[in-house]
Amino acid sequence: MKLFEYQGKEIFSEYNIDIPKGSLVEKKEDLKNINIPFPWVMKAQVLTGGRGKVGGIKFADNMKEAEKNFEELIEIEIKGEKVKKILVEEKLDVEREYYLSFFIERSKREYLMMFSHEGGVDIESMAEKIIKVYVNPLSKIQPYHLRKIPKEVREVAKNLFNLFIQNDCELAEINPLAISNGKTIALDSKIIIDNNALYRHPEISQEDAELTPLEKEARDKKISFVKLDGDIGVIANGAGLTMATLDALNEFNGKGGVFLDLGGTDDPEKVKQAFELMIKAKPKVILLNLFGGITKCDTVARGIIDFMESSKVECPVVARIKGMNEDIAREMLKNYVIAVESFEESARKAVELGG
Amino acid sequence: MAIWVDENIRLLVQGITGHQGFFHTKAMQEFGTKIVAGVTPGKGGQNVHDIPVYDTVDGAMEKKPNASIVFVPAPYAKDAVMEALDAGIKLVVVITENIPFHDAIEFVHYSIYKKARIIGPNCPGIASPGKAKVGILPNLIFREGSIGVASRSGTLTYEIVNALSQNGLGQSTCVGLGGDPVIGSTFIDALEAFERDEKTDAIVLVGEIGGTAEEEAAEYIEERVSKPVYAYVAGRTAPPGKRMGHAGAIISGNKGTAESKIKAFERAGVKVARFPYEIAKLIKNDKRI
Repeated sequence: MKLFEYQGKEIFSEYNIDIPKGSLVEKKEDLKNINIPFPWVMKAQVLTGGRGKVGGIKFADNMKEAEKNFEELIEIEIKGEKVKKILVEEKLDVEREYYLSFFIERSKREYLMMFSHEGGVDIESMAEKIIKVYVNPLSKIQPYHLRKIPKEVREVAKNLFNLFIQNDCELAEINPLAISNGKTIALDSKIIIDNNALYRHPEISQEDAELTPLEKEARDKKISFVKLDGDIGVIANGAGLTMATLDALNEFNGKGGVFLDLGGTDDPEKVKQAFELMIKAKPKVILLNLFGGITKCDTVARGIIDFMESSKVECPVVARIKGMNEDIAREMLKNYVIAVESFEESARKAVELGG
Repeated sequence: MAIWVDENIRLLVQGITGHQGFFHTKAMQEFGTKIVAGVTPGKGGQNVHDIPVYDTVDGAMEKKPNASIVFVPAPYAKDAVMEALDAGIKLVVVITENIPFHDAIEFVHYSIYKKARIIGPNCPGIASPGKAKVGILPNLIFREGSIGVASRSGTLTYEIVNALSQNGLGQSTCVGLGGDPVIGSTFIDALEAFERDEKTDAIVLVGEIGGTAEEEAAEYIEERVSKPVYAYVAGRTAPPGKRMGHAGAIISGNKGTAESKIKAFERAGVKVARFPYEIAKLIKNDKRI
């Protein structure tokens, strides 16, 4: 789960990482109560990156400018995301800007600290100038790790590492990390918390603005659901099989509209819920690709029939059913779905009906 | 022969009294796995499918298990894995999904320190047909033979293995490595073991988007693997920035795309299938086997 800049900075403060003086505002009237001398930096609080390039950060020398900025900022949408809060901060004299982050590096399965002498820009554009320091989970961070980066940022790096570990972060990033009047100050924050560890952090809560309403509903029902661009809704059991089915559509010039992973289930009710979600996404055709291993095909068939008996399904359902109890399931579903024998044929048929 | 799991396995089931643990203990027994003990804290003294249940792994060690399978829920999984490693168990298969990454990274490194192997987390486990299964893979899809399979996926693997079996291509060992970003055993570990295993004649890798495990495997194959390797990579049409079911299946920026992985495999001489079931056809038509 991504945190807003202001949330990240609150956590920075707890870990003794300096941040600019700031105040969070939701209403224009609140600007008057801010006790920070001009000039100000006014930053739209959104979860999507690159807001600076689309006018999400403005400067104000007086209240009149600040009010005008506020009106503009609260109106803009950044990659579809509405602005609800604005962070107002003192504008600092910046001598240098660095980049600093920690994340989990998958190949080595270690923590990786990345540092760059050039902050404030897209990290991917400066790949060659980055100092990379791997930190083993058993050694944790030691002074020798920190000696690889400039003296003035070592304390911040140590604190950021502790924050990263203790808050179950996937990513903890400061970009830019500024040197201003001899102090090291985090001008921005980017923190992503591992969703699997949210139960350990009840103090952190927020709606994940990156998810569509349907994706949120699916998350609450513990169903893996991703909205895509096309018209064919794919339901399969297992993430890999669902992806493979979407890829197969592409082989016949069709395009998937929904990724829905049923997972392993022995509960017809969950199948019913999955179909309800799918219908809400309004696909032109539904392709069910089922491989029954532990999940029995007839259990899934039961759920599908329950759903179709109670709701009206206007789009065709193409089903390819294979594995445990496949004969029983096919017999059960013969009046409900278009049954297809092979994986390949099912993709071709779905594209023909809905592509 | 086979890799990592064979007829000498004496298995401990951690979380044996839970829904999944209970069901799969039976299924593993039916496959032929010798299960010697179970552990559920607070339920010591019970029996599950005639298997004695202990409160602690230390207590269960009197039955001399040499491998463990973990069905314990995510918040308690790190504890269970560490307990098994500390008791001296050298193979721990972690089925549990949704384990925090910071927990996984710690127990993976602890296993290296303890010179033990972890498979998973978030994996379907491992099966060596005719010998033993430590996992939740369906019993009926397997057939004894000489193809080694390693995969980051579950059901997709069953699909592929089933197609292999139906085409008369049996397997030496099938291992599901897990769908998480941090896993104990990698494609490279599996390739090294299959290359050494006399029973294995060909290797199938089932990859997916996210990370660079396939690219690293391709490099390893070029340098160290003499046996023919076949692959399928799921997620060619997956959009960037979205997690496709598995925690590890995400394209970040331009990293982790299926295209990059397929190219790397092809450069290393690996035959890449367009459809999952096509793997069986590729192997049958290959004159090297």
